[in-house]
Amino acid sequence: MFDFLHFDFMRTALLSGVLVSVACGVVGSLVVVNRLSALSGGIAHAAYGGLGLAVFLRWPPLLGAVLFSLAASGVMGYVNQRNKERSDTVIGVVWAAGMAFGILMIDVSKGYYVDMMSYLFGSILAVPWSSVVFMTILDIIIIVTVVLLFKEFVGISYDEEFSLISGVPVKILYYILVVLIALSVVLLIRVVGLILVIALFTIPASIAEMFTKNLKRIMVIASALGIVFTISGLMLSYFLDITSGATIILTAVSAYGLALLGKKLKLL
Amino acid sequence: MTDSSTVIQLDKVSFSYGNNHVLTNVSLSVTAGDFVGVIGPNGGGKTTLLRLILGVLSPVTGTVALLGGSPEKTRIRAGYVPQETSSNKLFPISVWDVVLMGKMGTRGFFHSYTKQDRQQVAAMLEELNIHPLKDKSIGDLSGGQRQKVLLARALVSDPQILFLDEPTASIDTKGQDELYEYLLHKNKAGTTVLLVTHNVGAVSAYIKSIACVNREVFFHPDGVLDEVTITKAYGCPVDIIAHGLPHRVYHRH
Repeated sequence: MFDFLHFDFMRTALLSGVLVSVACGVVGSLVVVNRLSALSGGIAHAAYGGLGLAVFLRWPPLLGAVLFSLAASGVMGYVNQRNKERSDTVIGVVWAAGMAFGILMIDVSKGYYVDMMSYLFGSILAVPWSSVVFMTILDIIIIVTVVLLFKEFVGISYDEEFSLISGVPVKILYYILVVLIALSVVLLIRVVGLILVIALFTIPASIAEMFTKNLKRIMVIASALGIVFTISGLMLSYFLDITSGATIILTAVSAYGLALLGKKLKLL
Repeated sequence: MTDSSTVIQLDKVSFSYGNNHVLTNVSLSVTAGDFVGVIGPNGGGKTTLLRLILGVLSPVTGTVALLGGSPEKTRIRAGYVPQETSSNKLFPISVWDVVLMGKMGTRGFFHSYTKQDRQQVAAMLEELNIHPLKDKSIGDLSGGQRQKVLLARALVSDPQILFLDEPTASIDTKGQDELYEYLLHKNKAGTTVLLVTHNVGAVSAYIKSIACVNREVFFHPDGVLDEVTITKAYGCPVDIIAHGLPHRVYHRH
């Protein structure tokens, strides 16, 4: 049954599943309570522009993704701060512009073949060891930042105005939050692909929110759920020989459906 | 004219969102120990006035001073009870953690709350009789209970001046009276109180002075309003003798 663990790529895949789940649990909880899933989707799709540019310039693709997702998070964070009513539109524009730019960049990069599908839908089985190191470093950055600034993050998420009056530099914290989202998005692109990023951000945290009303606990439960979803999805995809990223997401979606149903039945 | 007892000083302050002039040429001076009722029609600029005083918004023209300095520096010594919003109700947070947030300003970045903070939070919850609710989620409370939690959060840092924005919007008459009595008690103990409300009658028995806000601000340090001002502030005559002590609001004719 556990023969698959003999494969190096499988061990790397499992490890990266755990690493992204932790980032998703922590940052995804902040995304859910701040209602930032559309913004996260925008960052993820804008990253495609970075992937295209990196292909064109012969850079490592994830470097392009990091740059573009950071730039997109900066733009959307700025608009969200200045004009909340407009942010929905700007998210849509950045979302589409990033994708379109990426496609054109790959068009003009003839003679150089990169499997762009793996960035759209993830390729957890093809994660190189160097990416695992990169993921570990990003995980550490995310966790340390959230632990150190936890009370401020709770403050700006619950009541921005009160936090501002209490002397919290709300704007700076908000940018730190969108940067954390951007970094997590890049982590996720390898595993589930940029189209499916929002699912792993929001589903574990939303299920966790059904069980507890404490943000710290939501983060821990969401991380654990993320690990369960990625590992079970990965094994399912291995045994059924189907696409891993999509299987992970559908595992999570099924669990979300069951959780919603369970909640409803308890209420009846 | 600014002396040490002036806690709020607005000098020819104007504010607009684009072409929408919310407040024009507002000058206002509030002394320490006052209990100000800020009244006026919805959309007249009451909340904007509060945000200007707290430095959340910056005036287009004119100057604002709070506790003798710029609001950005001094507002940490102010307590603030915001208007109820729907997002506040849905957020996954306990009563205890909301009140603890009131100590956020006294602790810098990277510092967690101290044992002393926790003791003060517990004492504050006791004082407002909401200690048994401490582990409850904010979404499971009644409007009145939630209002007390927000009041506790504002007071736990022991502010010199307390701002409340429509604090009674979602509580019953009994709860309102209880809240006003408590504010009166805090005021007598030395805290300056500035209370935004659209319910003039209910607060008339408690307040010392009145600020009528409708694009302009008319300040009445003696708490006495005449019909002309009320009409000017609201744009039309309103019945302000709802309950409370009407003679404090109206001059005898």
